[in-house]
Amino acid sequence: MDPQRKRKIRLVVALSVAVLLAVALIYTSFSASTEAKEPSELLNATPGTSYDMTGEVVKGSIHHIGNGIAFRVVDREAHGKGKALPVTYQGTVPDPFRGGREIVLTGSLENGTFVGEPETLITKCPSKFTTKSNG
Amino acid sequence: MASFGSALLALAFVTALAAGALALWGRQGDRRRVDLSRRTVYAFCGLLTACVLIIELAFASDDFGFKIVQEHSSLETPTFYKLAAMWSSQEGSLLLWAWVLSIAAALSLWSTRNKLREIVPYATAVMMGVAAFFTGLMLFAPDVQPFATTTGATDGVGLNPLLQHPSMMIHPPMLYSGYVAMTVPFAFAIGALITRRLDAEWIRATRRFALIAWTFLGFGLLLGARWSYTELGWGGYWAWDPVENAALMPWLLSTAFLHSIMVQEKRGMLKVWNACLVVGTFSMALLGTFLVRSGVLQSIHAFGDNTVGPYILGLIGVVVIGSTLLIVSRLDDLRSPKRIDSLVSREAIFLVNNLLLVGLTAVIFWGTFFPLISELFTGEKASLAAPWFDRYTTPLAILLVLFTGIGPLLAWRRVSWESAKRVFRLPLVVAGVTLVALALFTDASHKPWALALFVFAAFALTGLAQEFWAGATARRKVSDESMPAALVGLVTRNRRRYGGYIVHAGVAVLLIGIAASSSFQTNRDVNLKPGESTVVDGRRITYVKPIVEVDSEKFTFAQKVRVEEGGDVSYLRSSQRFFKPTGVPVGTIGSYFAGESTSEVGLEPGPKQDLWIAPRVDVADVQRRARAADKGFAACVKGVPGTPPQCKALGALMRASAANPALRSQALAQVSKLQGLAAENVAESYLGDNAPVTFKVIVNPLVTWMWIGGLIALAGALIAIWPTRGRRRGALVRTEADARKEAKYREIRDAELDHAVGKLSDEDFAAVDAELREEALEILDDENGAKVPVGVNGNGNGTNGNGAHVHDPEKVEQG
Repeated sequence: MDPQRKRKIRLVVALSVAVLLAVALIYTSFSASTEAKEPSELLNATPGTSYDMTGEVVKGSIHHIGNGIAFRVVDREAHGKGKALPVTYQGTVPDPFRGGREIVLTGSLENGTFVGEPETLITKCPSKFTTKSNG
Repeated sequence: MASFGSALLALAFVTALAAGALALWGRQGDRRRVDLSRRTVYAFCGLLTACVLIIELAFASDDFGFKIVQEHSSLETPTFYKLAAMWSSQEGSLLLWAWVLSIAAALSLWSTRNKLREIVPYATAVMMGVAAFFTGLMLFAPDVQPFATTTGATDGVGLNPLLQHPSMMIHPPMLYSGYVAMTVPFAFAIGALITRRLDAEWIRATRRFALIAWTFLGFGLLLGARWSYTELGWGGYWAWDPVENAALMPWLLSTAFLHSIMVQEKRGMLKVWNACLVVGTFSMALLGTFLVRSGVLQSIHAFGDNTVGPYILGLIGVVVIGSTLLIVSRLDDLRSPKRIDSLVSREAIFLVNNLLLVGLTAVIFWGTFFPLISELFTGEKASLAAPWFDRYTTPLAILLVLFTGIGPLLAWRRVSWESAKRVFRLPLVVAGVTLVALALFTDASHKPWALALFVFAAFALTGLAQEFWAGATARRKVSDESMPAALVGLVTRNRRRYGGYIVHAGVAVLLIGIAASSSFQTNRDVNLKPGESTVVDGRRITYVKPIVEVDSEKFTFAQKVRVEEGGDVSYLRSSQRFFKPTGVPVGTIGSYFAGESTSEVGLEPGPKQDLWIAPRVDVADVQRRARAADKGFAACVKGVPGTPPQCKALGALMRASAANPALRSQALAQVSKLQGLAAENVAESYLGDNAPVTFKVIVNPLVTWMWIGGLIALAGALIAIWPTRGRRRGALVRTEADARKEAKYREIRDAELDHAVGKLSDEDFAAVDAELREEALEILDDENGAKVPVGVNGNGNGTNGNGAHVHDPEKVEQG
């Protein structure tokens, strides 16, 4: 085979592999991803569907139940006001977790309560690079 | 002092602009202007150093007139953390960026002061452009002036307890240095593109900076992983968090860059690819800087609202668009006439490893920015979790380990079947034995990915060991050194090659640790009361007793835990600490629970596995009693009837101090003394509760090897960075021609070494050696040709005279 043609074939093979990988990437990412929702949107969401809930923990709402914790969250922009969504969670609670903090939690709605999946609770740490003070 | 600092910063900004302008003004070869611009860069570095010193002095001396000090330090903050507090702030971290850039720029210009005369002016302009951008941000963007002042503060907010960890001192500066040092290769690449000087000279001049940046970034990542493993109570060292990914992506791209530039240096190929990689790496570094400051993605790492994000995004846009246009306009000059000779050669393997690394980066990039991509197409922000990342990165990482092993076994240019059989035999045998042994005697066969990684790592490590052995044996044939001396001699005489091999070995070991700990981890939550015990993975774990400690800033609820395994008994201590909020004067016991809390992990590391324990203490009862105590204390101070006699005394003192300010401090001291006693009582009441603690118990097999592998890789990188003897003497490598000659001699020596250790067969070596000598002669011819107008012996004698050196490259190398 002349080298010119060989190179072309190699190029085509390489490009096809890249395109295949890209398609797989795009396909799986859309099917594997979980939608991000705010508490107010979740109040009327489909039960059983998995969502990433992002919201602010209502101060003073955290209490222990059995092995886990229960608390309420509101929309980030609501700053502690508005209709709150009850949440239960079992598993590791990150150190920065407390009332007034923003969290991200994966889970689904059961009987009006958002049930978090274990080990998915992320608390945003407000300490670094904030311009407004926090309590 | 603050206004003096502001003035210095403004002066630094002007200096950066001046240095860039001077460099461009001297681009036609006016040495004096270029020299002046270089000295101006030194001055810029000096000015920013002064700014950093002023800020650090302000931190050290608790000068709360500085806003940055007031917001990020306090009287109680330990001195060690006062010095680290600068980069916990937005403005301080920008100052750190600019300062490190000024050092990198000054060093790179100093090391190229007699070289690359055409490229340097443009490189200077690019570096000073970026420097002026960051310095300008601190002057003109709102809320990020490091020298902003406040009035009237007597104490500061303090450094967040979560950040009070020894890693805070080194982790952020390491990452920043890594990001920033990437500017140097980028700037020189742009200079080379503009001037169309696209051979390997800009690479030779900046390779070390790329390697230093890579090392800093890698070490920063490792420290971050260690920090999150030991401190934060998450139990993990990696979470595919956007900010982690943002640091990993430039590291992966620079790994690819460090490999592919060797191909350009030795073969003159892959120029477009290298130009794209260096632009990609620098853009990723900027993107990392941007991500921590923008709030566009959800992350564990801190994101506040802030003001500099859009500017950095603008800079990234300029860099990406400008560089792309530049590369496209220079495509004709970047094309290489040469082709890869054989698919079984080191350059071909480098190409494969490059594709893997870029593929890995593409996957991580897609996953990290997927929330934005999905919002663009579907209108909903959706995110991807760790399993999605694992699905793609695991196979790619496993293939990388395989090629990490294959690459060092192959010689440059070509490899004959005979020599390939010779070098691959032992690693293949060891890999086969590892496969059979693991499949038969362990449960590794349930995890095919992990098994594949162990087998490939065994292959790679054996191949590397064989390289060292063969190299040292070849050395001993000519000198009669002992084996250890021969190994040391081998590494010190070929730092780049063997330093690189050590890095490979470290990465293979590190990935073994990751694969084992992620695939075979035991992870359990157990709820124990004092005295109770449970069995996790063959160990009896007993919660012996609770321990309570109280001081003025925190409550510590610790647990003494006994671990019995076989006949061995050991004790661990884990704890959860509750801090008072920093910076606000609060006088209640309940406030101990209003600040941050941190977990101190109980860790029993071992070569086989780590036992990792993090507690979750239920403090609801203690909190309730704290509230009750606060109420009682308030009643006491008011002197409500029925309170104990001390209360009456205190009440009297309070009333007296209201009338007589001289008694105020005495009253306050009495209050805080009584309150401290009450707080201690409240906290210690926990001991009587017999309260259960939820322990997260993790048995992490082989995880220690992850840290050891990382340190091995670090050592290898340092060996590769360390200046060679000739360079340290400053004797030889002065001019571009010298550098090219030296590089070619090194290639000849490499080929000789490959021949001696059996990687190149006699015929292949003869062919490669002839090619290399031909190329070396061309360089000498060029040099003499260039000398014709000035020198006297431009008539061919010089070629012969220099040709003698080519036949004895060792001698030339040693000078």
